[in-house]
Amino acid sequence: MPKMNLSHFEAAFLFSLFASVVMGVVTKRTDRDRLHYGIYTFGCFLLALFALGWLMYFAHG
Amino acid sequence: MVKEKELQQKQSMPPIGKWFPAVALGWLIPGGGHFLLKRNGRGALLAASVTGMFLCGLMMQGAMFQPQSGDLLTTLINTGGFIGDVCTGILYLLSVCFGYSQPDMAGQVHDYGTKFLVAAGLLNILAMVDAYEIAAGRKE
Repeated sequence: MPKMNLSHFEAAFLFSLFASVVMGVVTKRTDRDRLHYGIYTFGCFLLALFALGWLMYFAHG
Repeated sequence: MVKEKELQQKQSMPPIGKWFPAVALGWLIPGGGHFLLKRNGRGALLAASVTGMFLCGLMMQGAMFQPQSGDLLTTLINTGGFIGDVCTGILYLLSVCFGYSQPDMAGQVHDYGTKFLVAAGLLNILAMVDAYEIAAGRKE
C-alpha cells in the first residue's frame, strides 16, 4: 500500500471534497439542487478551513 | 384530518422486503444500494467518494478502532469508531482479511487517516439512509 504524506490543508481539502460530494448526492431531490448543495457545502468547508486556520494562526501568535 | 392520515400513511414503515436488499447492499458495497435501485450516476459518485476516502485513510496509515470498555469517553470513542469502520462494508472486511493492522501512532497524518477511515463509514451510513428512502418511495 503506497503511503500518503499530506499537509493539514491537503488532508482537510480532500475530506471536504469527499464529504460534500456525498452530502450533495444524498440530501436534495433534483440533480440541479444536488449540484448546488454539493458546491455550497464544499464552499462552507473551505471557508471554515481558512477561518479556523487564520484563527489558530492569530491565537498562537 | 385527511392530510394527517395521508402523512401518517406516508411515514409508516414500508415492508422490509422492499428496502432491506438495497440497504444491505449499500452497506456491503458503498453505492451498491443505489445501483440496485437503478440510480447509477448517484451510486457511482457515492462509491467513488466513500472508497476514495477509505483508501486515503489506509494510505495515511490510519488506525482501525476496536471496541473497548473503560471509562465512558473511551467506550464511546472506541465503540463509535468501530461502528464507523464497520459501516464501510466490504472495504473494512477486505482490509481486515488482508491483515491491515495499524497501531494508533502520534502524528497528524496518521490521525487524519484514522478520521478518514471512520468518516468513510459515516458517509456510507448517509448513503444507506438515502437508499432506504428511495426504496421506500419517499424520494426519487
